[in-house]
Amino acid sequence: MLIIRCPICGDRPELEFRYGGEGHVARPAATEALDDQTVADRLYMRTNPKGLTVERWRHVHGCGRFFNAVRDTVSDFFVTTYKAGEPRPDLDALKKEAVR
Amino acid sequence: MADIALKEPALRRSVFDGLPLASKAAAACALEPLPPATRLAVRGRPGVAEAAAAALGFPLPTGVCQSAEGGGRAAFWLGPDEWLVIAPEAEAATLAPTLEQALAGVPHAIVDVSHRNVALTVSGPRAAYVLNHGCPRDLSLSAFPVGTVSRTILGKVEVVLWRTGPESFRLECWRTFAEWVVGFLNEARREFE
Ligand SMILES: [Zn+2]
Repeated sequence: MLIIRCPICGDRPELEFRYGGEGHVARPAATEALDDQTVADRLYMRTNPKGLTVERWRHVHGCGRFFNAVRDTVSDFFVTTYKAGEPRPDLDALKKEAVR
Repeated sequence: MADIALKEPALRRSVFDGLPLASKAAAACALEPLPPATRLAVRGRPGVAEAAAAALGFPLPTGVCQSAEGGGRAAFWLGPDEWLVIAPEAEAATLAPTLEQALAGVPHAIVDVSHRNVALTVSGPRAAYVLNHGCPRDLSLSAFPVGTVSRTILGKVEVVLWRTGPESFRLECWRTFAEWVVGFLNEARREFE
């Protein structure tokens, strides 16, 4: 079983968590002025990278909080987690760190 | 008109009535239903924890998975802004208004969930082992010492698990899951029959 580090509670088994989609997808301002393509892209288009990806997770059977995580889609390794609202980490720097 | 008068007075029945709680495995792991209680789900901004002391007699715990107790009441940390307060059933009508008064001025929400949950004691030398059949948490005394409380899962059910002693836990689950929880724990402790 994967151990995921909740930024509030610490290390917890993956069964306590739920996936929450790609991280840092910001709702644009003035949505009424957007064209259909922009709205559709925001709603449905995701980066889906091979390698490091930034995701939202929720400690649903724990503290209940959403947070962000950097996960490697190849190895399923959680590189880091951080509280919601904190800036997106530099993935290139993390990649270098991950090669150990 | 139909006669709707009850022939017998309405009876209050526990959801545990009739469930197989007795077992030959009780020496290793015993299950005991706990009486009905007053339960409040409390959420609030910083400041709520200290303000609640005026109503509860102690502040709400603010450390991860901490509990606080006093005067027959207990408060559980469930999240950074969320607590579960448990008190004797006799306080069902009074505790929420008293707490409401104590928290006036601090943004908060109090929801009475007394009848949403039921609780049972899981105790005995193999209690943690039996719980670990469905709960993935490290329940060793070093990782989950007496007084620790946590929302977690047991099989498919979300539970609140409070360690009340080295070999005893209070398990809170939603009322409609009680039968499933008892069935699951019975299955798990069968090897000790
Ligand atoms: Zn958490």
